[in-house]
Amino acid sequence: MSGRIEARFARLRAEGRAGLVTYLCAGDPDLATSEALLGGLAAAGADLVEIGMPFTDPMADGPAIQAAALRALQAGTTLPRTLDLVRRLRARDGDTPFVLMGYYNPIHAFGRLRFLDAAVEAGVDGLIVVDLPPEEDEELCLPARERGLAFIRLATPTTDAARLPVVLRNASGFLYYVSITGITGAAAPVAQQVGDALARIRPHTDLPVAVGFGIREPAQAAEIARHADAAVVGSALVDLVARGGADMVAAVHGKVQALAAAVHGARGR
Amino acid sequence: MSLINSYRAGPDERGHFGIYGGRFVAETLMPLILELERAYNQARRDPAFLAELDVWLKDYVGRPSPLYLAERLTDHLRGAKIYLKRDELNHTGAHKINNCIGQIMLARRMGKTRIIAETGAGQHGVATATVAARFGLPCVIYMGEVDIARQQPNVFRMRLLGAEVRPVSSGSRTLKDAMNEALRDWVTNVHDTFYIIGSVAGPHPYPAMVRDFQAVIGHEAKAQILEKEGRLPDLLVAAVGGGSNAMGLFHPFLDDREVRIVAVEAAGDGIATGRHAAAMSAGRPGVLHGSRSYLLQDDDGQVIEPHSISAGLDYPGIGPEHSWLKDVGRIEVEAVTDREALDAFQLCAALEGILPALEPAHALAQVIKLAPTLPRDNIIIMNLCGRGDKDIYTVAQHLGVKL
Repeated sequence: MSGRIEARFARLRAEGRAGLVTYLCAGDPDLATSEALLGGLAAAGADLVEIGMPFTDPMADGPAIQAAALRALQAGTTLPRTLDLVRRLRARDGDTPFVLMGYYNPIHAFGRLRFLDAAVEAGVDGLIVVDLPPEEDEELCLPARERGLAFIRLATPTTDAARLPVVLRNASGFLYYVSITGITGAAAPVAQQVGDALARIRPHTDLPVAVGFGIREPAQAAEIARHADAAVVGSALVDLVARGGADMVAAVHGKVQALAAAVHGARGR
Repeated sequence: MSLINSYRAGPDERGHFGIYGGRFVAETLMPLILELERAYNQARRDPAFLAELDVWLKDYVGRPSPLYLAERLTDHLRGAKIYLKRDELNHTGAHKINNCIGQIMLARRMGKTRIIAETGAGQHGVATATVAARFGLPCVIYMGEVDIARQQPNVFRMRLLGAEVRPVSSGSRTLKDAMNEALRDWVTNVHDTFYIIGSVAGPHPYPAMVRDFQAVIGHEAKAQILEKEGRLPDLLVAAVGGGSNAMGLFHPFLDDREVRIVAVEAAGDGIATGRHAAAMSAGRPGVLHGSRSYLLQDDDGQVIEPHSISAGLDYPGIGPEHSWLKDVGRIEVEAVTDREALDAFQLCAALEGILPALEPAHALAQVIKLAPTLPRDNIIIMNLCGRGDKDIYTVAQHLGVKL
């Protein structure tokens, strides 16, 4: 068990603030630029870094993240290269939790146990695999936990009282609350509804809760951070990568700074 | 695996056929998929539901479809007797409506008020638009831009039936991308929307449910051949894209072990060219669209864009039950090229006065190969699952004819 996720949320709790979780797709727009982007996130204020494993058919993602995955694949990104990228990032940053996020088939093709061992060795702390619900826990969740990798679960507005214990049963690291019924980068969440949902969830778990899907701007992120332990921003950053330009890396890091300032200050002092 | 008592017992309670199947979907969909499973398990044991379904199949779809002895084709090939199961005579011109009627009845039972579907050739889209019109429910059909271009008549039919056809421009812009987009719609509108999946694919319970609704084909064929010939057939042949027409014919015969069963995949330009849609012949087990099955994928687990002249077979996966039946040796898998399917299309038109869809033209091409190798007292049943009117533009283009 790396313990980095637990340590990070413990520190946030001790400091009385919420965290910022960022998502970028590995290899987007190419591996070298992606390394520069991901390598600068912690300094820009990201508390936890989600790294997308590109897949041709990301069925829960909106157009921005689909396009990011296709750019990454076009640039030659593969799962082994994503793991190499994490290994290089880890060599320079021993503290920031890294979570790999994606779909099951590339892992299935790589070999699920071989993948888990490689992920631990590369310095990965947790996994989010969108198309592995608790009904399929034997595939990856249970062997991941045996190896000390957190298996982060998604709860959604459709997760009712009967479903929630099933979702939480083998969850670890943190709970990712998907704030809307929909795909990434779509409608904006309503902070009040998120607050109500978290009030429903909290009594069932001690895990920290991060909230994502549809959060784009610092003010929105701050709203969410008043309720959640962390706010997740993905599509808004990926859109800046898509826009490109000579100052793209700085633009992404600048946006992360603005989001981090808003999230970290959200609860006042 | 050698001690299988029945090939018809699956799936298990978690939706698995051996290692295949399952429920590989986003959490947002899980509560609905579990609700659907409960609703379907109740419905399929409810005599009132089944009786109502029978009435719709008889009076609206036009079942039973004939089992037709193709005498001239049989004489031409000088081998086994060839029967065609005429599912192209159904309302809307294909087998797809058997399943759509069943699913929309279930949607109504569950109180859903909006229908979505994906379509490749457009046959499933047309069948879905048809039942949505008949039951007065709004309907959105997702269809890849490439398929829209090659299946214009069906696009117009869907619009005439009141459906909204949404072009899909992501990925390879064919059936798999239409299914991705339908899943995205479903995740977004899960509270009121029923997703009518058209093949024996997707998360549990869809593969079993679609199979059950399509099994009417095989049940009828079995009764009809017993009446006509007094015995079971020696060979069943059907084309597989996702596999619904084939599973519908095969399933009632799976435990009749003397009946040989052949599933025919689309070999496109030829399997060696890499431009094909033959998931079981050339793919490996993988996970896409909610289940584990044979899948066309590269070494990194990225899905390979398939190719077939037939939009209905142009899919990189195959149903999980077919995958399992292949592994346990109950079905044989063959593959037929675009060229062979076109030749079969023309032969059927010339000898039998029937334009088959390009999908069953693949099955027919395999029959053309097999029939001459079998004794004349052998009996073949081939599923003629769709009519070819929709394909005349594609066929014309390949024959160098301008319409």
